[in-house]
Amino acid sequence: MYEGVVQDLIDELGRLPGVGPKSAQRIAFHVLQSDSVDVARLADALTQVKLRVKFCTICGNVAEGDTCRICADPRRDLASICVVEEPKDVVAIERTREFRGRYHVLGGAISPIDGIGPSDLRFTELMTRLADGVVTEIIIATDPNLEGEATATYLSRLLKDMGIRVTRLASGLPVGGDLEYADEVTLGRAFEGRRLLDA
Amino acid sequence: MPLYRDEAIVLRTQKLGEADRIVTLLTRTRGKVRVVGKGVRRTKSRFGSRLEPGMHIDLQCYEGRNLDTVTQVETLDAWGDTISRDYPAYTAQGAIVETCDRLTEEHAPAIQQYLLLGGALRSLAGAEHDPGLVLDAYLLRALAVAGWAPSFHDCARCGDPGPHRGFNIQAGGAVCSVCRPPGSAAPAPETLVLLAALLTGDWVIADASADRHRREGNGLVSAFLQWHLEKQVRSLRMVERV
Ligand SMILES: [Zn+2]
Ligand SMILES: [Zn+2]
Repeated sequence: MYEGVVQDLIDELGRLPGVGPKSAQRIAFHVLQSDSVDVARLADALTQVKLRVKFCTICGNVAEGDTCRICADPRRDLASICVVEEPKDVVAIERTREFRGRYHVLGGAISPIDGIGPSDLRFTELMTRLADGVVTEIIIATDPNLEGEATATYLSRLLKDMGIRVTRLASGLPVGGDLEYADEVTLGRAFEGRRLLDA
Repeated sequence: MPLYRDEAIVLRTQKLGEADRIVTLLTRTRGKVRVVGKGVRRTKSRFGSRLEPGMHIDLQCYEGRNLDTVTQVETLDAWGDTISRDYPAYTAQGAIVETCDRLTEEHAPAIQQYLLLGGALRSLAGAEHDPGLVLDAYLLRALAVAGWAPSFHDCARCGDPGPHRGFNIQAGGAVCSVCRPPGSAAPAPETLVLLAALLTGDWVIADASADRHRREGNGLVSAFLQWHLEKQVRSLRMVERV
């Protein structure tokens, strides 16, 4: 244990995701030895992000105004929504340049053991977005793990009988991997999602 | 570094650092253990889906000072995968694994709890019965293994042969008219028959039960569970009953 403010800093850093007690200590001492200008810049960035960045009122993505950059873009296709767990998933899909529609960020996956149920996620907001009938396609892009799968199961049931085309991202084999190392669930999904090759 | 190999069922996972996970497992021979799956969250991980909740696995680990580290893992049954595609079953699995996590301790062998857990997940994955009934049967038996067997027939206090009309959680189940504490419930006789069937595994009776008795029975089982585990089982309120 260190004294007063140093320990306070270590405690705060240790609460960040992915930062263990050792890393928290290392970062704290790095900050102590840094130039005050650098530290002030870091402190300012932390304060500003909380002050200025909000969540998009349409899709739940991070935004600097009421709506995010994507929802504000008139060139995006209004008929299709891609549902993801977190804002970082939006960034990942945007990098592919494959999708021209808009997003809906749920805020996580359904995980009963962690106390996260459907009412803790943005499902109601999604249903509200679908009310006017403009959206005709939903692409479910929750994480390719079992919580993501259960969340997709729940969502596809919500969307049943609404006349919307619902698809789920194929979870296939990792590119660059060897077939023999694939576990049976991944391999099974890849079989389900196989596609026709042009002759 | 000491290596060990065991059969296990994945209870829960928590993110650790950039790409790792802490995986809580109930093993067949060494009780509950917490292990690190290095790199599991990377889509190229060689562990794939094998360390996900509800999976039945054969694993090899090396013992660490705090946490053990997974070196090899093979799937025995992909229960968790099948269950994740059936939402009511998924919510039942949540309550089952959370209860199991609460009733077991690290490095304390719990073979009976292990077998119960495996039986419940196998049944959910096979869609053999209503998921709500599988859950209640599991909860009653897991509590019984923990030493809190409720009585649904004879008086829980004096042993007077039943059936009795009164039911009291604190007293341990059915109570005769003499022992019956004030404020005891008076469930339908069919509900107590259902609960007794779930506890003993009489699925012919359980499958034939009416919805209202299932609902009443489920309320009593939940109350019974909460009474014995001081802290609330969070996933219980999310269970979707048909
Ligand atoms: Zn937006
Ligand atoms: Zn009595």
